[in-house]
Amino acid sequence: MKFTKDHEWVEITGNEAFVGITAYAAEALGDVVFVEIPDVGKTLKKGDSFAVVESVKAASDVYAPVSGEVIEANTDLSGAPETINAVPEAGGWIAKIKLSDVSELDALMDRAAYEDYLSTL
Amino acid sequence: MNAESPKMNTVGRPSAPELAVETTSFKSLLGGRGLLQSEKLIFEKDDYSRTGVDFADIEIDAADLDGLLRDDLSLPGLTEPEAMRHYVRLSQKNHAIDLALYPLGSCTMKHNPRLNEKMARLPGLGDIHPLQPVSTVQGALALIDSLSHWLKTLTGMPAVAVTPKAGAHGELCGLLAIKAAHEAKGQGHRRTVLVPTSAHGTNPATAAFVGYTVKEVAQTADGRVDVADLASKLGPDVAAIMVTNPNTCGLFERDVVEIARLTHEAGAYFYCDGANFNAIVGRVRPGDLGVDAMHINLHKTFSTPHGGGGPGAGPVVLSEALAPYAPKPWVVAGGAGFQMLEHDEASSSANFGRMCAFHGQMGMFIRALTYMLSHGADGLKQVAEDAVLNANYIKASLQDVMSVPFPDGPCMHEALFDDRWLEGTDVTTLDFAKAMIDEGFHPMTMYFPLVVHGAMLIEPTETESKDELDGFIAVLCALAGAAKAGDVARFKGAPYLAPAKRLDETRAARAPRLSYS
Repeated sequence: MKFTKDHEWVEITGNEAFVGITAYAAEALGDVVFVEIPDVGKTLKKGDSFAVVESVKAASDVYAPVSGEVIEANTDLSGAPETINAVPEAGGWIAKIKLSDVSELDALMDRAAYEDYLSTL
Repeated sequence: MNAESPKMNTVGRPSAPELAVETTSFKSLLGGRGLLQSEKLIFEKDDYSRTGVDFADIEIDAADLDGLLRDDLSLPGLTEPEAMRHYVRLSQKNHAIDLALYPLGSCTMKHNPRLNEKMARLPGLGDIHPLQPVSTVQGALALIDSLSHWLKTLTGMPAVAVTPKAGAHGELCGLLAIKAAHEAKGQGHRRTVLVPTSAHGTNPATAAFVGYTVKEVAQTADGRVDVADLASKLGPDVAAIMVTNPNTCGLFERDVVEIARLTHEAGAYFYCDGANFNAIVGRVRPGDLGVDAMHINLHKTFSTPHGGGGPGAGPVVLSEALAPYAPKPWVVAGGAGFQMLEHDEASSSANFGRMCAFHGQMGMFIRALTYMLSHGADGLKQVAEDAVLNANYIKASLQDVMSVPFPDGPCMHEALFDDRWLEGTDVTTLDFAKAMIDEGFHPMTMYFPLVVHGAMLIEPTETESKDELDGFIAVLCALAGAAKAGDVARFKGAPYLAPAKRLDETRAARAPRLSYS
């Protein structure tokens, strides 16, 4: 699993990846009450806002950690947004993306590097 | 009177309480509370057979209504006293500026002078209708013209659109004027609006509503717009920047002239969110700072009732460059008196259309102009000075008890605290705010601006006396002491004494019930 400074995670299998927000982000947002998931087929550029996670405190954009096409979106989140709080780095995934440039993964952090980064915040 | 039995008077009526009951554990039998009855929803009082009005029978040809005639409308039926009591009881459960200091940061909950109300009720102003012949409402049009004159004078701007009906509506008006101006110059390809991270949420929302893409501008460590970051983001794709000044951290953007210069150099316009104009009115003219458009919340700076007490009003002042795109209608003075220009053919203007059906919030125009004229130039200057003085008194009185994110220098009209001082107490900003309700005060603005963790934004306004401020400060000091002393239950269960207890905000958002059925 790889991570971004904007607190997204990427779980890669071949050239496809599940993406979601990290446990740190879910904790910081508080109780999630609504998730706007992306449309399947949408083409994303790294850094594009592709989903919105809304908590009692705030609505936050989720930025694409990698470029590619959305091939699946987690429709379960519409009925059960609390999944993001319960299992942010597993069942709380937001979208599955088909990567257009696998080399972008090199710029992401591994868990140790992400945890180091968190300790600086 | 017999000093031996002070409780008894001659008719045998006890005049002092004989039994002390713990008020926190005492419960009335059917939910009443000290002369306040438990109040049902108005639809729960529904009885169509009761009515407070005796309507004459009207003859309707059902055919004319195309099947819309129905007799199953679910309207509550109440007698006049029932209807009156319902709303008075609800008002007793609520908080109002007429009850106490109302420290909601960024909202400017100042006293609404009663002189404003007296003027708004004058029959020649209060009883007129927007569709009356223009010749019969010359006084009202003269009033709009006079208000426009003073808004332009106070802001140093050449034009004003008075019709927008609230702050965010004013933002929409300003951005539509900016869009029209860009399109007229062949610059319609500019699609980006820059917004600082500390902005009011309405700023990015308005930009998105107009169809722009929003990009955030970073903030410096001392709570201002990061000019270097702004400069790096300005470019040929940028249509406008939206900056609040003083900003939502309660700080004056000291680089505002440079921000305007850079923005104009890049071919973009400078929209200023004027929500905090009350901190600088009479002291600073936004036109002198390089602002192209700014809304003025009449309901904040100019004391008209809001927050449930009345509608907003958000006139927008415009620079020379944007003035031709101002929305219709507007008032012009001519030989035959005042006219309301309503139609495109009436002028050569490139107006972008209209913001609302008529001419804006007339009732608020009357109150705002009354406030301006009754204060005068010196009075309005003192409004800004006292607003800033009061906020700094709060900041200075509480900064050793609570923590201040931007401690350097004075603040403007609002004092911003964060939640570092609550660390280790298990009390959150939300808990602290709820406990304020038990002590008789409306909470301050919480968790805004978003750039400060656990933010508590306190705006006392200029209308509070030192006594009122001292009472408020004493409550916050006492609560802070309780939080630090580990009295967590006082906070976690708060409010204990309000008509409604702590709400489950998560459940309300996840499973909202949006209608009564």
